[in-house]
Amino acid sequence: MDSREAILERVRNALGRKLGQKPLPPPEPLLRVRYETADAKLTLFRAQLNGTLTVVPDAAAAGNAVEKLLDGQSAVASDHPFLQACGIPNIPGVTANPEDLRNTCATAGVGITSAYCLLAETGTIVLRACPQEPRLLSLLPPVHIAVVPLDRLLTNLDEMLSMTPRPVDSDSSAMVLITGPSRTGDIEQILVRGVHGPGAVHVVIVLGKTPPL
Amino acid sequence: MSAPDSAIRQTLANANLQLAIYSNTGRLKNHRSKAVAPDRFPEYQDLRTRAAAIKRHTLAFLDVYLLQLEHAVNDNGGKVIWASTGEEAADFIIQLAKDREANLIVKSKSMTTEEIHLNDRLAQHELETVETDLGEYILQLAGQRPFHILAPAIHMTRHDVAKVFNEKLGIEHDTVIENQAMTARRVLREKFLNAGIGITGANFLLADSGGVVIVENEGNARLTLSAPKIHVTVAGLEKLIPRARDLPVFLDLLGRSATGQPLTSYTSIVSGPRRNGELDGPEEFYVILLDAGRTKLLADPEMRESLQCIRCGACLNACPVYRKIGGHNYPWVYSGPIGKVITPQFQGVEKDPWLPFASSLCGACAEVCPVKIDIPGLLLKLRKEIVQANPEDRRYFRIWAWLMQRPGMYALAAKIGRALMGFNIGPLAAWRSERDLPAAPPKSFRDLWKQRKK
Amino acid sequence: MPRRAAIFVTCIVDQLFPNAGMAMVDVLERLGFEVEFRDAQTCCAQPAFNSGYQKEARAVARHFIDTFADAETIVVPSGSCTAMITHHYTDLFARDGQALERIRALTPKVFEFSQFLLGLPNLDALAARFPHKVTYHDSCHALRELGLKDAPRRLLGQVKDLELIEMEAAEECCGFGGTFSVKFAQISGAMARTKVDSILETGATHVVSLDSSCLMQLRGSLSRGGHKIETLHLAEVLASRG
Repeated sequence: MDSREAILERVRNALGRKLGQKPLPPPEPLLRVRYETADAKLTLFRAQLNGTLTVVPDAAAAGNAVEKLLDGQSAVASDHPFLQACGIPNIPGVTANPEDLRNTCATAGVGITSAYCLLAETGTIVLRACPQEPRLLSLLPPVHIAVVPLDRLLTNLDEMLSMTPRPVDSDSSAMVLITGPSRTGDIEQILVRGVHGPGAVHVVIVLGKTPPL
Repeated sequence: MSAPDSAIRQTLANANLQLAIYSNTGRLKNHRSKAVAPDRFPEYQDLRTRAAAIKRHTLAFLDVYLLQLEHAVNDNGGKVIWASTGEEAADFIIQLAKDREANLIVKSKSMTTEEIHLNDRLAQHELETVETDLGEYILQLAGQRPFHILAPAIHMTRHDVAKVFNEKLGIEHDTVIENQAMTARRVLREKFLNAGIGITGANFLLADSGGVVIVENEGNARLTLSAPKIHVTVAGLEKLIPRARDLPVFLDLLGRSATGQPLTSYTSIVSGPRRNGELDGPEEFYVILLDAGRTKLLADPEMRESLQCIRCGACLNACPVYRKIGGHNYPWVYSGPIGKVITPQFQGVEKDPWLPFASSLCGACAEVCPVKIDIPGLLLKLRKEIVQANPEDRRYFRIWAWLMQRPGMYALAAKIGRALMGFNIGPLAAWRSERDLPAAPPKSFRDLWKQRKK
Repeated sequence: MPRRAAIFVTCIVDQLFPNAGMAMVDVLERLGFEVEFRDAQTCCAQPAFNSGYQKEARAVARHFIDTFADAETIVVPSGSCTAMITHHYTDLFARDGQALERIRALTPKVFEFSQFLLGLPNLDALAARFPHKVTYHDSCHALRELGLKDAPRRLLGQVKDLELIEMEAAEECCGFGGTFSVKFAQISGAMARTKVDSILETGATHVVSLDSSCLMQLRGSLSRGGHKIETLHLAEVLASRG
C-alpha cells in the first residue's frame, strides 16, 4: 500500500470513519464585513499604514507623486494597466516590464506596482500574481511603491474574501498581504527593517474613476 | 530517562541567559496582552471559540479535507506528496534535487522540517541547504537548535551573533545589530537567486483552494517560494483548515498571540506553479503532507486537541517554567507547554516520563492559547498514563489515601509528620535545597478548634 | 441567607497554617455565621489527582463528598482546593453517574473564602484594620479557574489604613505546584525568586494571598533570601483589628 492510501486509511481509522462517508458541514465562516465610507477608509488606512501615504486627485498627479518619491533613484515598474494610465513608465529612471525581470529587480532601488486591493483596517497592500504583476517586483528592490485607485481600498480581509473567496485559482498562483516593511526582531528583539523584503513602503492612492477589478 | 538536572542547573545559574529568556518572553507576552485587551480587541474570546471549533471540525473530518486539498492543488498544477514518515519526505526532496540537479536549497523557517531532521538528511547527500530566517540562519551557522518556536535565537546576544558571523563567514567582528541583519540579507540574497529548490513549511493549508499560507515578517519565505524554480512545502496533516474564508479568524489570532501584531509583514497564499503568462514564481510546486505520528495523536480522542496548535508560541511566553529553563532543556524540537504535551505522544511516554510532571499546572498556557487547547488537562492525562505504566509512587499514595479516609489516623500521622519537619530527609531536603521551611506549629487547626470549643 | 457555614480548612491549613483557619473562623463569626467544623474532614485529594493516581484520589474525594454532602454551605481558605472540588471532581468521577450526581449537588455549595465573602451584604461589620504596605499574589487556581482577580483586591480595599501596591509579576506562578516544588526543586526555587524580586520592588512589608501553599513557598524563599517580609492569608488580614 502506498503512503497515500496508508495515511488516508490511518486517518479514517483514527476517526472511526469509512471511505466515502460524508462529513458534517463546517461551522459557518465568520466574515466581519464592515462597510465604511471612502473617507473613513482613507483615514483608517493612513493611520495603520507603516509607510507613507500620498492621496492624489487623478492619474497625472499620481505620476508626479511617484516621481517625487523616487527622488532620482532608478526603479522597475510592472506592466499593470493602471501604472500605464498614471504614466509611470514614462518617469525618468523607470524601467517598465523589463526583459530580464529578475536581474532588473535585483539591482533596482525601487519597485513600483499597482495592487489587487488595499485593506484599510490593517494598512495592507494586497498583491495578486498575474502576467502584469510579477512577484519579485515588490520583493527584491529595497523600496516598494504601490499606486492604487481609491475604489480598490477595502475595509478588511474579511471583505476581500467575501468578494474573492479563492485567493489563488486558475488565474493566479499567489496572493500576498503586505503589511508594512520587511522586519525582524530575531537578534535581541531589536527591530531591524528591510532584512529580505523592502525596508520602506509607499502608497499612492488615486481618486477618480478606474477600470473594474 | 530522568530530567536533565545538571543542564537545567546550568541554565538557571547563567544570569545572562536567564535575563535574555525572561525579558524577551516578557516583552512578547506584554505585546500579546496589549493586542488582545478587551478595549482593543473585543472579539478575542469569541474568535478563540470559533478557531477551536474550526480546528476540531477539520480534524474530525480530516480524510475529507486532505482529499479536497489534494484535488485543489492538482487543479492548480501542483502535486501532493504523501509522506508517512520524515524519511519519506526527505527522500522525496533528495530525489527531486538529484533529478533536477539542484544542489543549492533555500529554506524558510519550518518547525516541521526541524522535527524530521530534514537539513541533516539533505546534508548527507551533499545538498547545500541554507536556512534563510535570520534567527535560524544564525543557529545553522552556530550549529544549534532553536530555542523558541517563534524566536529561535532568542537566547543569543549581538556579541554571540558577531562571533558566529566572524567565525563562520569570515567577516569582521561587528556587534551592530542592523549591520548583522544586512550581512545576512546580502549573503542570503545570493542564495535565494541561485537556489534550485525553495522549501517552506505552512502555517495553514486551505482545503478548498489548495492554498499554502505562510505568515512572516522578514520576506525570506516570499523569496524562498518565489525565486527558485521549484517550491516544496512540508506540512503536517494538522495544518488544514476548510476554506480561505476561515483565514481571517486564524490570522487575527495568530499575529496577536505570537507577537502582538494584528498582521505580520507578509502573509502569502500560494498554490501551484506560475500560471500561464505569469513572469515569475516556481515552475514546479509540491506539497508534502506529513504524517510522522500525527495519525497516532488523531486516534486518541482525549489527546486529539493537541493537533489544534497553530504554533503561535504564546504558551511559551506565558509559561513560568519555560521562562526559566528555556527551549534547549526540552528533549524535542517543540518546547514549552505544547512541547510538553506532544513530545510524549510522538515519542512515547516512556522516553521522557519526567516531562509532563515538569509543570506547576498554573494554567497560564491554557489562558493564552488561541485555539483553546487545555494543556494542563492534557498534562494530567499524560501523568495518569505514565503512572499507570510505572507507578513508582503508588505505595506512598496508597498509604496517603488510607490515612486520608480515616480522620483519626490522618491527625495522628500528621502530628508525627509535623514532629519530623525539622529533619532533612527526602522531600524535606529537596524543599530546603531552595528555600526555608517554616517551623511546624505546635498545634494543628483541629487542636485549636477543640480548645476553643471548651 | 444561610446562617451556618461548614468550613473545609484543607490539610495544609489544618497542619501548617492553623492561624489562617482560625482567622477565617473569626471573620465568619463576625459576619454572623455559626461556624461548623466537621471533624471527619481531611483532604480534597488534589495531591493524588495531580500526580496521576486517580484511584487513590477518588477514594479520598469520596470521603470529602461523604463528609460534606449535607452541609448548607462550605467555605474553603484555598483557591486550589476549591477548584479541585468545583472543577475537577467531575473529571475524577467521569464514569460514575451516581458520584457525578452527588458532586453536582455539592459543588454549588462550595466557596472559596473571598468568593464567599463578596456575596455578603454586611462586610463593613468586619471593621478590619491593617496599617501596612501590602502586595497581593494571585494564586493560579483562584485566578484562572475560579476567576478571582478583583474579589480579593476589593476586600483588601475595604481594610482601613491598608496600602495595596501591585507587583509586576502578580499573576505569575510562585512555583509551588504541589509535588512540583520538590520534584523540580531547582525550577520551583527559581520561580519563587522571580516573585520575590517583584515583591521587593513594591516596597511592601506583607504579601497576601488566598492560598497557604503559595504563601509557604513565598515565605520560604523570602526567608532564605534574608528578607523580613511577612506572608499572610487574606483571612488573617480581614480578621486584623490593627
